[in-house]
Amino acid sequence: MTQLDEVTTRAARPLPWQEQSYQLLRAHDVSIFGYVPDAGHSVLINRSIEDPAVQAVSLTTEQEGIGLLTGAHLGGKRGVLLMQSSGVGNCINQLSLVRHGRFPFLTLVTMRGTYGEGNPWQYAMGQAVRPVLEAMGVIVLAAEKEEDAIPTIDAALTMSFKAGNAVAVLLTQRLIGAKEF
Amino acid sequence: MNHATSNSQEIEFTLERGVVLPRLVGDPDDFLIIAGLGGTARDMATITDAGSNLFALGGAMGGATMMGLGLALAQPDRQVLTVTGDGELLMNLGALATIGVLNPPNYSIICVDNGRYGETGYQTSHTGRGVDLETVARGAGVTITTTVQREDQLDEGAKVVRSTEGTSFVLLRVSEVESRPRKRDLDAAACRVRFRDALQAQPR
Repeated sequence: MTQLDEVTTRAARPLPWQEQSYQLLRAHDVSIFGYVPDAGHSVLINRSIEDPAVQAVSLTTEQEGIGLLTGAHLGGKRGVLLMQSSGVGNCINQLSLVRHGRFPFLTLVTMRGTYGEGNPWQYAMGQAVRPVLEAMGVIVLAAEKEEDAIPTIDAALTMSFKAGNAVAVLLTQRLIGAKEF
Repeated sequence: MNHATSNSQEIEFTLERGVVLPRLVGDPDDFLIIAGLGGTARDMATITDAGSNLFALGGAMGGATMMGLGLALAQPDRQVLTVTGDGELLMNLGALATIGVLNPPNYSIICVDNGRYGETGYQTSHTGRGVDLETVARGAGVTITTTVQREDQLDEGAKVVRSTEGTSFVLLRVSEVESRPRKRDLDAAACRVRFRDALQAQPR
């Protein structure tokens, strides 16, 4: 049974995908969660804070997450960076370390500035997320529907920690909804 | 160049890094080490004889102290040391707050502060204009700190580097005398593999 099977068949009633995603990350031995507070990531952030086997690291800026996760990799641990699309811009030069050092790297990005966005300030960075990440050598996957979320994160875990790539999963506004103002 | 600090000590940039940093670090094999760019990368390559317990940055400026934090969290039974310059640290001061909040006891930071951006032609940095990074570190929540700017402060500094009560921070003020030239491997992927292989071969 794969980690994906364990997570998706464990509960009698299926858990929300956010809960499943936490279990999936833990089943893949992800034990360091770097985050900048974000409503879209609140389940993952709160579970990681509550979990005594996990280090939840609150960051002042998303770029700190690159150093955190590359250092953790040197020490033999797996981590994930949880951020919003605006945070991708803060990471650009730090991603040099991931690319040049060929570090495995996984980030989950909650999107703004796309489908149904009402805040005009979010568009500039939101629309630039994919080209910016791809320019820095990060493979970009996107989950558009609830049924896509867990298989996409599972694929990203394999692509990053098994195959050694840098991978971003975009949790799109079709999936998580646009923030109401 | 003199400025009064918050504890009214005159700032002195007189110590020679090639002489005092080895004394502050002691036996480098006691640590897993991250080094910043340029000067501190060369310093630590010299001190460790380019050892496999050293990962030195050649870019990604501002990432060194967070890389050390990730390593310290992943290896709680090893002492982790980040040695970086004032310019590199100034590029991501928020990291000190992230580190101060977590305060891992197996983590120490040495900031080699010459008040200058050595790699770009020795332009004056903010610390050369009076910014005191020990005070910044304390304000960020790192409670075990000291400044070493005279020979007679080295022993106390070495003790702070080896503190295991919480994360420690030593500000080492040095002159503009350059690091010794030292050939180093700039292939970060090769250095990553070497570091991990050596660590897995010698777990503690």
